[in-house]
Amino acid sequence: MEIRLSGILCQATGGASTVEVSGATIGEMLASLALKHPAIQDHLDDGVAVAINGEIYRDRTDQVIPKGAEVFLLPRIEGG
Amino acid sequence: MPYETDYTNQKFSVIGNRVNRPDGVDKVTGRAKYGADASAAGQLVGKILRSPHAHALIKKIDTSKAEKLPGVKAIVTGDDFPDFTGGNRSLMDTLENCMARGRALYDGHAVAAVAAVDAQTANQALKLIKVTYKKLPHVTDVDEAMKPNAPIVHDWIRTAGVDPAPTTASNISQRNEFGHGDVETGFAQADIIIEKTFKTEQTHQGYIEPHACLATLGPDGVGELWVTTQGHFTFRNMCASLLGLDVAKLKVTSSEIGGGFGGKTHVWMEPVALQLARKSNRPVKLVMTREEVFKATGPTSSTSVDVKIGAKKNGRITAASAELRYQSGAFPGMWGMLGAMTSFACYDLKHVKSVGYDVLCNRPKVAAYRAPSAPMAAFGVESVIDLLAAELKMDPVEFRIKNAAKKGTQASYGPVYGPIGIGPTLEAVKNHPHMKKRLGKNQGRGVACGFWFNFGGQTCTDLNIGIDGSVNLTVGTVDVGGSRASLALIAAEELGVDYDQVRVTIGDTSSLGHNDTTEGSRGTFSSGMATIFAARNAVDVMKQRAADTWGIPVDQVVWEEGVARAKGRQNSNLPPLSLKEIAAKSPRTGGPIAGHNEVVADGAGVSFASHICDVEVDPETGSTRVIRYTVVQDAGKAIHPDYVEGQFQGGAAQGIGWALNEEYIYGDDGTLQNAGFLDYRIPVCSDLPFIDTEILEIPNPNHPYGVRGVGETSIVPPLAAIGNAVSNAVGVRMTHVPMSPPRILKAIEDAQ
Amino acid sequence: MSGVTVSAKVNGDAVQYVCPPSESLMDVLRNRLNLTGVKEGCGTGDCGACSVTLDDRLVCSCLVLGAEAEGRAIGTVEGLSQDGELHPLQTAFIDHAALQCGICTPGFLVAAKSLLGRNPNPSEEEIRYALAGNLCRCTGYDKIVRAVQSAAKVMRKQKRS
Repeated sequence: MEIRLSGILCQATGGASTVEVSGATIGEMLASLALKHPAIQDHLDDGVAVAINGEIYRDRTDQVIPKGAEVFLLPRIEGG
Repeated sequence: MPYETDYTNQKFSVIGNRVNRPDGVDKVTGRAKYGADASAAGQLVGKILRSPHAHALIKKIDTSKAEKLPGVKAIVTGDDFPDFTGGNRSLMDTLENCMARGRALYDGHAVAAVAAVDAQTANQALKLIKVTYKKLPHVTDVDEAMKPNAPIVHDWIRTAGVDPAPTTASNISQRNEFGHGDVETGFAQADIIIEKTFKTEQTHQGYIEPHACLATLGPDGVGELWVTTQGHFTFRNMCASLLGLDVAKLKVTSSEIGGGFGGKTHVWMEPVALQLARKSNRPVKLVMTREEVFKATGPTSSTSVDVKIGAKKNGRITAASAELRYQSGAFPGMWGMLGAMTSFACYDLKHVKSVGYDVLCNRPKVAAYRAPSAPMAAFGVESVIDLLAAELKMDPVEFRIKNAAKKGTQASYGPVYGPIGIGPTLEAVKNHPHMKKRLGKNQGRGVACGFWFNFGGQTCTDLNIGIDGSVNLTVGTVDVGGSRASLALIAAEELGVDYDQVRVTIGDTSSLGHNDTTEGSRGTFSSGMATIFAARNAVDVMKQRAADTWGIPVDQVVWEEGVARAKGRQNSNLPPLSLKEIAAKSPRTGGPIAGHNEVVADGAGVSFASHICDVEVDPETGSTRVIRYTVVQDAGKAIHPDYVEGQFQGGAAQGIGWALNEEYIYGDDGTLQNAGFLDYRIPVCSDLPFIDTEILEIPNPNHPYGVRGVGETSIVPPLAAIGNAVSNAVGVRMTHVPMSPPRILKAIEDAQ
Repeated sequence: MSGVTVSAKVNGDAVQYVCPPSESLMDVLRNRLNLTGVKEGCGTGDCGACSVTLDDRLVCSCLVLGAEAEGRAIGTVEGLSQDGELHPLQTAFIDHAALQCGICTPGFLVAAKSLLGRNPNPSEEEIRYALAGNLCRCTGYDKIVRAVQSAAKVMRKQKRS
């Protein structure tokens, strides 16, 4: 599947804002991404957010990614 | 329904009622215990010595005289905090912010702390500590700090997010770019382009309760912390990491919290209090003064923002771009990034680009403040939107409606939206009676929109049913604005019992699994979700007990309105069993009845608001009065409308203060000039009108009841709504917040 | 430092305490008499969270010395409810959701009671100016003003009957 990245995360993929990865869940998808682009690991350790069809998931690595879903990797965010 | 979504409307029996909050009596009688209201036998008083300089090397700290003062039991400096961070930079930043390590980075940075038998002795001891400083060049302005010759706050900072990676230090900790399409193509298609620069000054969350805690920590590494916090589990983890303790050996109890707004999501002096307690082996109570709160805790960023938007004559925006420079204080932050992510989130844009810079200055470490970073970005964007509408001779609300994001729009920060509320809030504004009120002389009206993400996160909840059928709900999210009432409503709804039968307690860190901090508008969303699941688990137990009592399979039992019923004609002779009856028999049917849930409550729906504001500006003095104010916001589902309205009104009031009065004023020497409520003026009762509210309910498909967080978005539109209103009243575009009387007068004079 | 011995009345009860001459009445009430309903928001008289009455005069207890209370009557939030009944202002604050975090509530209640003692039927503007010395950061004051209006009505009715 193709995932998209934004912000500072693109630096870890050599500037690419779309990356082809595999995985049925958020956890598998992130592992596949880290295998391809090891530099992303630091960001994954700090925490990232994953938007699946527009809904933002921060912590659920077991979240299933539906087929054909739009997946967007965002930097982790803080709130008040 | 005017804003139908693909989510079915639900019928509720108690949800949505304006019940009295369970902690009401405690809070109107003075019984409720806040951070500074606890004491322990033999407790000492802790006090912190703070740097008077904006930036200085700490050459020597001589504590010998203070140590000899009778009644002084412990003194700590940076040397008393060994590095347990394991190379984690962000943890080290937190530690260094709690207590300076060789360098004072801002006026008010902690350099030493004392525990003594009473406040007088502790204060006297602070005066006896001799610190030898060597002053260093400082910088407090965000634009100045970005210049190549600016004094460098940390020589290890290399700007992240630029290619090629820089090799020299700068104050820009990171650059983040968001967007899609190609803005140059988009601007080429525009008939009109407007570009403008905006500034906003630094403000403080301004919670009325100063930071306070009571700490004990024995030589065995076992400790307790009573503290005013938005997240006692996070505080426990932080303090344990910073002090090298086992997480389970530190019990943190959240007191009643006297306001937080993001400012009580981080540790400040709690590790210091624990370390003083460890060194003295006595309980230590540490309460900040208001001056310390202003100088050393959580302000928000000051900013400098460029916004450029282009549109066609038909009113469609063709491209939008922004550069956002956010000051993060003396340590790196993510604030410019958040500004860049939120800036254009309200609009459906084909070509959009926003670039955020996080910039270090010699100011206190910036903390989250209610929808952090979004209000400043919205100030710039919503001002330019108004300017464009005026150029296009379009109504500013119609112009916004025409360009509003909707379901399926690709958000400027990346993903595609599900069902969202920006369009409906604007339609509601358009039709609101407020818009038809006549304006008088020197009056102006402004409208603005705002966006915030909302979070869910880790949550853990326990529900226990007593022998008499009353219900104890224990949650781990701190109640910052009435969430206990909402959660009791939810438990009552699920169980089918009266609201009054449920008592909600905020559990300490030893009574529940980890709960994330109450931030990102998550309290009612996430604990509400966990409460629903915990209650459903308890219902399963009760159905089983009923089935066992009747001797039928559990799949023949249903739970309806607080009673178990046996389904089917063959069971028609079995009278229903109420929750009370099942609870009464529980000792003999298998023991206590409980439901538990731990969940990562992800899928918090994004939140939008549109505000209307009328102001009157005195052209002689530049003084502005807000005369009418209306908040329209999507709540997903309002569990307790009173407290949803309360969030809307409170956020609007904070935004009004930010827009008109509040600002950190630094002298040339880099010291804060107005660290008190007299000179840092938050809105008082006589400054404000009644704040009208309209709650929209566009259900969040990811929550069983459709709840969206409501706490933060209300502070996003006010800066721009007031900016637009003041600009319309005086006929001059205001670009600098706060729009204090001198700034308004100067803008009028400059225009003449 | 030698202490000052003070005899005063607090919420109708006779009390005696010893405090250093420099200690504020707020610290005395909170730390010596355990009346922690008196809140400290600033210690400089700007926020009103420590509002109490001193012989029926509304004061910030952080700006009064403990020693000054000799022979005087002090009223705090703890004295508002009588005979197990909440004061109408207390009831109205709960009914109208006029508090969120609640830290400013004791001060508002004491200040509002003082206002209604002087003026049983205040206009909205009079309420807003009378309470301008009490800071609230959560509510935007909307529901507080409404609660005071509602309590005033109840109290006028009680007085008539």
